[in-house]
Amino acid sequence: MPKILILLVHPTLEKSKANQLLLDSLPVSENITLHDLYEEYPNFSINVKAEQNLITNHQIIIFQHPLYWYSCPPLMKLWMDLVLEDGWAYGTNGSHLSGKKWIQVITTGGSKDAYSKHGFHGYETEEFLLPFRRTAELCQMDYLPPFLVQGTFQLTELDLQKESNRYSMFVNQLLGESNE
Amino acid sequence: MNEVSFFIQALIYLTSAIIVVPIANRLGLGSVLGYLIAGIVIGPFVFGFVGTEGKDMLHFAEFGVVMMLFAIGLELELDLLWKLKIWLLGLGGLQIIITTALTAMFCYGFGFLWKPSLALGLIMSLSSTAIVLQTLKEKGLMKTLSGQAAFSVLLFQDMAVIPILAIFPMLSETNEVTSSQHHSLIEHLPGYAKTLVVFSVVIGIILVGKYLLKPVFRILAKSGSREIFTGASLLLVIAISLLMGAIGVSAALGTFLGGVVLASSEFRHELESNIEPFKGLLLGLFFLSVGASMEIPVVMESPTKVLGIVFGIIFLKALVLFFLGFVFRLPLDQNLYFSLALSQVGEFSFVLFGYSEGLGILDEQTIVILVACVAVSMALTPVLLLLYEKTIFGFLESKIPKKQTEQDIHKQENPVIICGFGRFGNMLGRFLRSNGVPITILDFDADRVEMLGRFGFKVYFGDATRLELLESAGLEHTKILVAALDNPEKQAELIRNVSQHYPNIKIVARAGDREEAYDLKEMGVSFIYRETRETAVQMGKDVLKLLGTRAHTAEKAKNLFLKHDDETFHELFELRQDRVQYMSLAKQRNAELERLMLVDLGKEDELERDPWSEMER
Repeated sequence: MPKILILLVHPTLEKSKANQLLLDSLPVSENITLHDLYEEYPNFSINVKAEQNLITNHQIIIFQHPLYWYSCPPLMKLWMDLVLEDGWAYGTNGSHLSGKKWIQVITTGGSKDAYSKHGFHGYETEEFLLPFRRTAELCQMDYLPPFLVQGTFQLTELDLQKESNRYSMFVNQLLGESNE
Repeated sequence: MNEVSFFIQALIYLTSAIIVVPIANRLGLGSVLGYLIAGIVIGPFVFGFVGTEGKDMLHFAEFGVVMMLFAIGLELELDLLWKLKIWLLGLGGLQIIITTALTAMFCYGFGFLWKPSLALGLIMSLSSTAIVLQTLKEKGLMKTLSGQAAFSVLLFQDMAVIPILAIFPMLSETNEVTSSQHHSLIEHLPGYAKTLVVFSVVIGIILVGKYLLKPVFRILAKSGSREIFTGASLLLVIAISLLMGAIGVSAALGTFLGGVVLASSEFRHELESNIEPFKGLLLGLFFLSVGASMEIPVVMESPTKVLGIVFGIIFLKALVLFFLGFVFRLPLDQNLYFSLALSQVGEFSFVLFGYSEGLGILDEQTIVILVACVAVSMALTPVLLLLYEKTIFGFLESKIPKKQTEQDIHKQENPVIICGFGRFGNMLGRFLRSNGVPITILDFDADRVEMLGRFGFKVYFGDATRLELLESAGLEHTKILVAALDNPEKQAELIRNVSQHYPNIKIVARAGDREEAYDLKEMGVSFIYRETRETAVQMGKDVLKLLGTRAHTAEKAKNLFLKHDDETFHELFELRQDRVQYMSLAKQRNAELERLMLVDLGKEDELERDPWSEMER
């Protein structure tokens, strides 16, 4: 069974209903490690070695984060800058990540329609994620399409329930998939 | 001498010093020359206020020289010696050897026997530490190349006095010590036993200094009474002098040794600043009595002879020094200064003349003239230097491109001094040291000082409110002074002292509470740290976390609180005199803060929205 590392990156998780529900719906499994970056590093002093060790022990890396200004929260960017070192993640001998899966679980306030060619933002969500995709590729990782929960501002209790069921299935699938 | 006449003597000596020394200083001649002139003026040949006791007084005042050697011993840290080794041995050693040899040859040529010639050579090779160091310090030249060279040579000379004192008995023609001069306890012993006694006493001093003095000082220090500590410092010097005297060895040697033994101790600076005033006064007295006992008639009878000898010596010494300065690559302008500064004969010659008279090496006639010559050569030094500065130096200075003058010869003083090493200073010190910042620590708790010393801190015992102590700990080279004394009054005194005399040194100060912080701000301190503030808020942050607040949110709350507290501190400071307004503003600000915090924690309707909570729910 593959091991999944969920890097949770949310500066104000306590205020995010959607993200909390997603987390609650995670299947109970010893193969899932939840790593809350804002809880771990409130002063932004990231322990790079520890992070790298953690990744080494997992095959699937999930970044769960809200979309801030068409990108990730600052601590995640810092995490990428520091942890994905030259010579470790990429470059000469930088093959520690090769073959691992990179998946982003993203919540957006705007709806799926807003993130479309003719919508308010004018581009697909995936298009905004190009830098992440390229990063994963450079690290020889398997970049999978993101799992999106969109329009969180409008989602009703029922909608949220549906989304979290979907998430649960998604993670279960990841756990089972590589099992074959 | 009865009591009244003692006070009259004191009155005369002190008055003359007070009148003449400032005048000499004004004229740029230095205080030593001032004392000498004052001595001549009150001496038997001008006003005759003081008469025949000049010589007795001289013996008493030699104690000033003894104290000076103690102070020099205290300065002698091993690493400093190590850094100066080339200059010390090369420059200092060669200077003594060459000068001694040349002088001795001249004397021999003038009809002296070779033993007295050698004695004279040794005496003349020494320069005056008191005059030169005083001059260099007064002119702020200690850090220049010439200053460093001069310091090295003087240091070597002062150390050389000790073997010279040991050699002199061997130069005695009579081989018989005049018993009237020496009342040593071990006179009657055979030679080898004498040597044995002397050795064991010296080793005894070293052992006592190393193992007994520190705990004793620690106990005295704990008594908290400064007078007792000063008394103990004096007692130490006097006791060593007497002990050494008792076994017929020079007191100067003994105290010098004592000083060296204590140089590595944490009490070094406190001892130094305790001895300092006595040393200064007694040295002054020493020069006064040299002046008073100068046989003016002898000089007047044969002025050409005296002047001939004086200029002969000065010329010879300066030449040797200049040659060595050249060999050791001193720049021309610095070398000339160095050569002229050390060209006189030093105060030890007076001691050595007395000694050699007792030993029968030199006859009284010679000594009377030479004492006068030495005094004149000393008196001429400031004049020569003044002339040099006014003429050649200024000319050379503009001609010679300035090289790097501050070589890394002198010990580097630490950029940070921490006063008070209690729980607060301690943390700070550890933090700075782990970041590679060298610090000097002053503390008034002997136990703590001892313990810190074991941890390898450069730490000294002493009351940091005393400016002399701070200065001997290297205040003038310090960039930052940390005031972390527990007692608010002491803290205030320290800050006032430093900011008044060294306005360029940045002061960072610890405050116990808000009121103390206000007091510090009123004194003009711009970097104030309330001792418990950060820790308490840090703890508050952790309590929030334990109550379930997310770490990053708690961190933000902490920062918000601290920022708000800073602002409020400055606002409230303006109002602290007006209690009513003060309380009102304080309450208002507190309410404001509470509201802000609640908003941030998401526990109230969001009046001021967190930007991130806007984006995502």
